Amino acid sequence: MTAVPISYYLVLSAVLFGLGVVAFVFKRNIITLLMGIELMLNAVNLAFVAFARARGQLDGLVFVFFVIVVAAAEAAVGLGIVIALARNRESLNVERVNLLKL
Amino acid sequence: MSLPLLLFFACAAAAVAGAIMLIVAREPIHSALALILVMVSLAVLYLLLGAEFIAAVQVIVYAGAIMVLFVFVIMLLNAGAEERTHWSKIAPWAGLPLAFFLLLCLAHFLGHSAIGRTIANGSGAPNTAVSTRALSEMLFRDYLFPFEATSILILIAILGALVLAKRDE
Repeated sequence: MTAVPISYYLVLSAVLFGLGVVAFVFKRNIITLLMGIELMLNAVNLAFVAFARARGQLDGLVFVFFVIVVAAAEAAVGLGIVIALARNRESLNVERVNLLKL
Repeated sequence: MSLPLLLFFACAAAAVAGAIMLIVAREPIHSALALILVMVSLAVLYLLLGAEFIAAVQVIVYAGAIMVLFVFVIMLLNAGAEERTHWSKIAPWAGLPLAFFLLLCLAHFLGHSAIGRTIANGSGAPNTAVSTRALSEMLFRDYLFPFEATSILILIAILGALVLAKRDE
């Protein structure tokens, strides 16, 4: 039984990270922007697990654990900001949030 | 083609399809469902990599808790279809070529560096599952301080979310 080469996982991780960046840059809805960030974090997690497997060490898996914890905290605070923003602006469009824009 | 390779390609295709659906969908709820597809297929990939505890955490925390929070907020705010807005004017002639150039640079660097060669030639460790016992010993011995620090982080996140979402009178 041949194992899947590590490079395949890293290429998939890079593709998912790129798609997360595209979602973050192109989407206009604040909630979808947060989803793009989550997608990037997931791609990084995949790279961590693949490297941990390639090197035969467990540190990468512990880091994935911490990334998941930080992602949960980020989602909670981010969605709190979204709720406050939706209350003040009555819109979820990022183009409407432009008080600090030149 | 062997079974692990077949499983990898199936899950990778599902993950990439989910990510593309996230970008293409106009309704936020469709994006959220597409992201759940990505996370579940990544959990299968973690199982394939032998990290069974991480796969379980991925399903429980990511697909379970975080995405439920997202769907809940989408429903709470009654988020409809995204409005169309025109693009920035410099995007077509400066942004896209620069992004393409950056991708080329990254690919060139990875293709010619020692790291890239090691990655491409490495066959990986033997196909054994990581024991959860070893992982927990490492987490609670070597990484005890960061582990305790995350509890403070989560406490601050709870307080922050409460303060932000509070209706001020």
